Amino acid sequence: MILTDDEKRMRDGAEGAAVAAAMDLLIRYGDALACERLCDVRNVAGSMTQPSPVKERLVREGGWDKAFAVINLDCDDDIEVPAMRVPVCQLQHGFGPDAAGIVPYPARNIELQQDAESFYGRRGVNILATCTPYQVGNIPVRGEHLAWMESSAVIYANSVLGARTNCEGLASSGAAGLTGKIPCWGNHRDENRPGTHLIDVRTRVDSFLDWGLLGYFAGEVAGEEHPVVTGDLGQPDLTDLKHFGAAAATAVGVELYHLPGITPEAPTLAAAFGGARPPAPAVYGPAQRRAVYEALNSVGTRPDVDFVLLGCPHASVDQVRRAAAALDGRRLSPGTELWLMVPRPLKVVADRSGYTEVIERAGGRLLGDSCPAMSRAVPDGTRVFATDSAKQAHYLPAICGVEAWLGTLEDCVDAAVTGRWHGSLEHGELR
Amino acid sequence: MITLHGRTVVPGYAEGEALVSPEPVPGWGGIDPSTGVITESRHGLNGVAFTGKVLVFPSAKGSSGWSGFFQACRLLGTAPVALVIARISTKSALGAVVTRVPAVTDLDQDPCAVIRTCDWVRVDATHGLIEVKRPTEGS
Repeated sequence: MILTDDEKRMRDGAEGAAVAAAMDLLIRYGDALACERLCDVRNVAGSMTQPSPVKERLVREGGWDKAFAVINLDCDDDIEVPAMRVPVCQLQHGFGPDAAGIVPYPARNIELQQDAESFYGRRGVNILATCTPYQVGNIPVRGEHLAWMESSAVIYANSVLGARTNCEGLASSGAAGLTGKIPCWGNHRDENRPGTHLIDVRTRVDSFLDWGLLGYFAGEVAGEEHPVVTGDLGQPDLTDLKHFGAAAATAVGVELYHLPGITPEAPTLAAAFGGARPPAPAVYGPAQRRAVYEALNSVGTRPDVDFVLLGCPHASVDQVRRAAAALDGRRLSPGTELWLMVPRPLKVVADRSGYTEVIERAGGRLLGDSCPAMSRAVPDGTRVFATDSAKQAHYLPAICGVEAWLGTLEDCVDAAVTGRWHGSLEHGELR
Repeated sequence: MITLHGRTVVPGYAEGEALVSPEPVPGWGGIDPSTGVITESRHGLNGVAFTGKVLVFPSAKGSSGWSGFFQACRLLGTAPVALVIARISTKSALGAVVTRVPAVTDLDQDPCAVIRTCDWVRVDATHGLIEVKRPTEGS
């Protein structure tokens, strides 16, 4: 790996032991990628504060300095964590104090996380505490190099905003925060950004559910490469593309896609492929749509729904408004809970707009910071859950051992009110 | 004896029994670091443990928490002894680094087609060399 003078100084300890450890990790990581150089980043999204059994043990042994050294730098030495060199934000983490008494989640984890927030806040980490930093003030500019974790945020930043980031991890984002550097590999480089797969949509995609189903299909087709999607598409908004990208990143590992005429690096189909000839398309028609829907609904058979989860990735204000409208004047079934996950700053907006009151009057809850998959926590006794998120439907059965139903927001609210699943793919066509 | 040549991801030497995943391997949300078992609902290796194995796989899938979960496997003693990665990505590269096991990629043959589960595999990651011995070949 070729290092600049500044990078060599950091490696050699001129900025202290923690920065040297960070540079050492970045060099090992860069070598693992066969990457020749680092690039400068001034926008890092990582995770330091979320409690885990391993982290709890490390904090007991050596405080947050020890936990950061091992988990966020892969370093066994005793070091002190200095202030971050560049802006860093904390992504979604464990449940916070607003979940106490609602979510079966250990009180000591909530305390540990609050302790972490004050430790890292003093070192310049912005506690955004959401998987959607782009909804609460961290909106990268086109061409900006980032070191972001969270696959759904990475794909949004690359594709919708035209920023440049790979899917970073706990250690690489920690090292990037202390150095302002990350391997200049993959999505950071012009030649790696054109599309690789073409998807021809021949069934109308113009609803939140349909954007998620199409995203999961695009992920299965393109794997870790770059799908370009054309055809019978409605105009998506932030919420639709948040769902589309989260699903595409979940299926295997798409980090960048292009929608010609919609996303910034693809004004045309030709531009989406960087001038190269587009490959033969994979067709997404009614049969493919049904197959994705059935695959995501294949885990489980019981129609009795104990739990409804909305807001994965964290809900937009518009999603909260729609959930409130669907719940207005209704009451949840006594055996069913409904949680709607939001970035905590947007809960303030929901409170002021009266949405929170409507949702809580029906028996639902707005919760910040986390989600059932992040915190491995669902209501006690949950056997079957329903969600409007392809990503949560993919993950939660394995993480919490529950059965899953995927449908529209309205299907989910209906299940919460009746305690039974009546979802149908045909409902998905309604906007 | 089958030999594959590739490049170093993490240097070192290890040998062990192969566990070959025909499909990409999950990390966060798809493995249990306390047991080393793959838990993803619709994965072909659901319920199978990779602890102590040479894990041979096409690529890493899913969440950016991949490397953190494999690091947790190291800290909890459930990690594989070596990684053979057909297609490298940031998730698997960083994952191999923080799991601190020998790892190889960019091989001259598709390791997921050539190597079979239960083969004995010697991974000389420092030199990018993999030697595969079929159980039926005896010792």
